[in-house]
Amino acid sequence: MEKDFLIILVSFIMGIIARTFMIKVDYRQYPTYPQSYLSHITLGIIAAGLGAVVIPAIANKEFVAVTFLAIAAQHFRDVRSLERESLDNIEPTELVPRGTAYIEDIAKIFEARNYMAILTATGTGATLYLALYFELNRYFSIALGIIIGSIIITALNRLLKMSTIEEIADVQSAEIEFDGPLLKIAGTFVMNIGLKDSREIFKKQGVAVEIIPKDKYATAILSNIGQRQAIQHNAAIQLGIRKDVDEPDFTPIARINTANGNVVMAIVVRDADINKYIEAVKGTPILESAKRKPIDI
Amino acid sequence: MDYGIKELIIAIITTNRELVSGGTAPIFYVENDEKKEEKALLVSKTTMGMVHDIGDGTYIVVKH
Repeated sequence: MEKDFLIILVSFIMGIIARTFMIKVDYRQYPTYPQSYLSHITLGIIAAGLGAVVIPAIANKEFVAVTFLAIAAQHFRDVRSLERESLDNIEPTELVPRGTAYIEDIAKIFEARNYMAILTATGTGATLYLALYFELNRYFSIALGIIIGSIIITALNRLLKMSTIEEIADVQSAEIEFDGPLLKIAGTFVMNIGLKDSREIFKKQGVAVEIIPKDKYATAILSNIGQRQAIQHNAAIQLGIRKDVDEPDFTPIARINTANGNVVMAIVVRDADINKYIEAVKGTPILESAKRKPIDI
Repeated sequence: MDYGIKELIIAIITTNRELVSGGTAPIFYVENDEKKEEKALLVSKTTMGMVHDIGDGTYIVVKH
């Protein structure tokens, strides 16, 4: 088998593996429909192919071929806007919207995953090329390429792994109280609910949590509006909210207690199970745009 | 893109004639609390607004 072909083939396969590894049905990120599956795998294959030809192109002094990578980067930036647009379009159909920060985060992840395929393929190709250059055994070189590729996949996976609310805050159940028409959770006023029937439903079927940040950084993250909106959305889609478009009373609102930075949120669900609710809140990813270190000057 | 009215009082339902008068939003004067609940529910369902109790026998329907 010709050397170039071998390099391209192995790195191509490693690149595809890198992308498929990151494709998982993740209810928090995106409704992974079969159509989206196919389009993302196809894009991943293209990315892997691009990454695979980089090393053989350089080795053959085809430097112009490398400039195609710039075009590729442009192309994958389009993936981001494509995802953003698509999520923006379905936003009005959500009972509890994701919010622009969450959408932007999801779009960014999709873009990054394609770069991951490119980097894995290039890394594998470079290893394989060097191994063959030093005239190592062919099978050994392939094995080495696969090992380095796997290391890159694992490292990038770890790098791109999103942390969740669980890591920065404690989540515990809280009591729903009414002070006249005002809905109050753990001493924080959330909203004014005028209708008596709505208040009754809240008392009967409502569950509430208090999110207690572990440190000052966590307080800053939780005070981000986009982050709170992501928590609201996640809780609502995972628990199945009891609400229709003409019932704004039951929109979950995450309010911050300005005195201590705790976040409180109530939700009305059909099957009120506080443990599931706590789990849903804990599993919410921390948005990249919400991360900040206010006292790290 | 969606366009619409937001953060506006779209109706006032009250049993207290002395508290409320005039303004941009229509005012519904009702006899008792029961009627007030009923009217508020009907208005809010039609306008997708939210009912808030501001005390002294007065509800406002606000579009958020």
